[in-house]
Amino acid sequence: MKKIISLVFLILISFISCDEKECCVNLEPAQVTLDFTHNWNETSVNASDFSAFKFTNENGEEVSIENLRYLLSKIKLTDTNNQEIVLKDYQLINIGEETGLQLITENIPTGNYNLSFTFGFSDADNQDGIYQDLNTANFNVPGMLGGGYHYMQFDGKYLDTANMEAPFNYHAIRAVDRSDPNNLILEDTSFLVDLGNVEISNDMNIEIKMNISEWFKNPNTWNLNELNTVLMPNFAAQKLISANGESVFSLGEITSN
Amino acid sequence: MKKLLIYFMFFACFTNCNQEKINFGEYTPVPVSLEIPTLFSDKLIEPLIPINNPLTEEGIALGKKLFFDKILSGDGTQSCATCHNPEKAFTVNTQFSDGIDGNFGTRNSMPLFNLAWNFDERFTWDGKEITIEHQAFEPVINPIEMHNNWVIVAQKLQNHPEYPTLFKNAFGTSTIDSTLVTKAIAQFERILISGNSKFDKFQRGETTLTPQEQNGFNVFMDEDRGDCFHCHGSDNNPLWTDNKFHNNGLDAVFSDLGLGAITGDPNDNGKFKSPSIRNLAFTAPYMHDGRFSTLEEVINHYSEGLQNSSTIDPLMKKVNDGGVQLTTQDKADLKAFLLSLSDNDFISNPNFRE
Ligand code: HEC
Ligand code: HEC
Repeated sequence: MKKIISLVFLILISFISCDEKECCVNLEPAQVTLDFTHNWNETSVNASDFSAFKFTNENGEEVSIENLRYLLSKIKLTDTNNQEIVLKDYQLINIGEETGLQLITENIPTGNYNLSFTFGFSDADNQDGIYQDLNTANFNVPGMLGGGYHYMQFDGKYLDTANMEAPFNYHAIRAVDRSDPNNLILEDTSFLVDLGNVEISNDMNIEIKMNISEWFKNPNTWNLNELNTVLMPNFAAQKLISANGESVFSLGEITSN
Repeated sequence: MKKLLIYFMFFACFTNCNQEKINFGEYTPVPVSLEIPTLFSDKLIEPLIPINNPLTEEGIALGKKLFFDKILSGDGTQSCATCHNPEKAFTVNTQFSDGIDGNFGTRNSMPLFNLAWNFDERFTWDGKEITIEHQAFEPVINPIEMHNNWVIVAQKLQNHPEYPTLFKNAFGTSTIDSTLVTKAIAQFERILISGNSKFDKFQRGETTLTPQEQNGFNVFMDEDRGDCFHCHGSDNNPLWTDNKFHNNGLDAVFSDLGLGAITGDPNDNGKFKSPSIRNLAFTAPYMHDGRFSTLEEVINHYSEGLQNSSTIDPLMKKVNDGGVQLTTQDKADLKAFLLSLSDNDFISNPNFRE
């Protein structure tokens, strides 16, 4: 009899296991939705704003955005006991194609957390060719530049000093000095973004804002006439990009629902 | 006894979790899984096989027969293979393809391989056809291609001595319609996989590149020289295309709007799908309108022939200098590298021949 009961129990379990599991640690866990939004000095930017000279950067150049995709990794909540909940190992966000703009995680125990992520991959994660989805999305960095993945591809056009349209490829990668191609000098230029505290009390949306203009602004005023293309093999440019990136992200609205 | 019943239930509910088996009563088509080259399975996500059109031996065999059968065209003179010849990596070497009435289109035929890895499922040069199944509807009725009508095609196939049985075996019904025809053709198209070029063998450690091919690869990958990898894949993306739409600077004024005509967005004017650079040895002429008959012309285009326009891709970064200005040596080496991606096994594969 006992055996049968345990079998019935097993069967029950196996039925349930076909479905998504509801977890059981916290009685009322919350669904946390991160919304990645983009703006140019508080003016919202989305795909429909692309391919038009709508923006002016700090240095005064008019800018048109044609393609902007970037990678965040180790997106995580850390509680007051330093316990981490990794919401996602990495997420590719593509503004033009409107993919990756949202990250939904179920079953987050309510409480007080710190929200943080890494812009790009830190060296430990930035290994050549290991992420199939990112290979498929063509996000790789050539082996001759140290391999791994782009942190960001930001392509567009600006009006140069002669008022002519000229392209820029503001691509962020791990900085590489290839003066000696057989002995690359690499420097991790990914950076941690700490968005501070969030109180998760019920299902909620948390906005993570990228102010695109900051890439051209702070602390290095970016002159597109000087630094526009072929920035990947430019060690100094990568350091500047990384420094400017630190002020790009901020915590936006938090709405419970 | 009771126990047995319970075990049975237990088993049943486990199998429940699995996908349903294909079963048409009398006859069960044999499921086929794609033979995926190891480089592809290492580097890329799983190819797309729609759940409503799983691959089966019978479906593929039927699709192949249809692909090579002139019965699909209005006057019985053309098959898909007329413009998609297996010996040419499933394209043809004429600039424009001659339809059954002798009308030429304005687009160069496209090679067919690795289509199951086109994850956006936008087919043709301008992306107008969504899904492989749906694409196959079009040539049959296109007036400058096979110029037929699906009701007639279905009827001809229905009256054919073999086809009704073949459809029955593949799909469980001998009532033939356009949906089943295109499903079968799509199954055949999905097994057309090309992944065994010299460069693939090099990546698998089975051969070495010549110094020219190696330098050519470096030109392709170097942002400061060719910078081709941003659109055409890399050693980490063995499709050798991003399957996205770009204006690569062919024209200052567009006679063919490409993607723009499909989306209606002027920002898409002059954009066409990046082709794979696999099998270029067989697929001349090049570009959507077949304007270049040699790879030298293609390379010269990127090196000094770029035409500016408002929708040119910013990755055509030296447009204001005409192009990336490659040296004679780099141009020759780039060509040698491009040719190392041509796959002789693909064009001679007997499974892909009539
Ligand atoms: C008269 C020549 C001709 C015939 C016959 C023809 N095609 Fe094509 N095919 C073309 C051309 C030209 C294109 C590019 C069309 C465009 O961009 O508008 C093309 C494009 C395609 C593509 C898109 C490939 C890609 O990568 O986007 C597929 C798939 C295809 N054809 C399959 C078929 C099938 C299946 C048949 C038979 C039912 C067929 N074709 C018959 C000329 C032909
Ligand atoms: C901005 C993206 C982009 C870059 C960068 C790029 N291409 Fe292309 N390439 C395309 C597109 C799009 C087409 C098709 C254009 C058309 O037909 O209108 C194409 C077509 C080709 C073709 C013709 C293939 C065929 O089957 O017709 C070859 C060969 C080619 N490119 C090689 C290269 C090489 C070599 C480089 C580097 C020097 C390069 N491409 C850089 C987007 C790009």
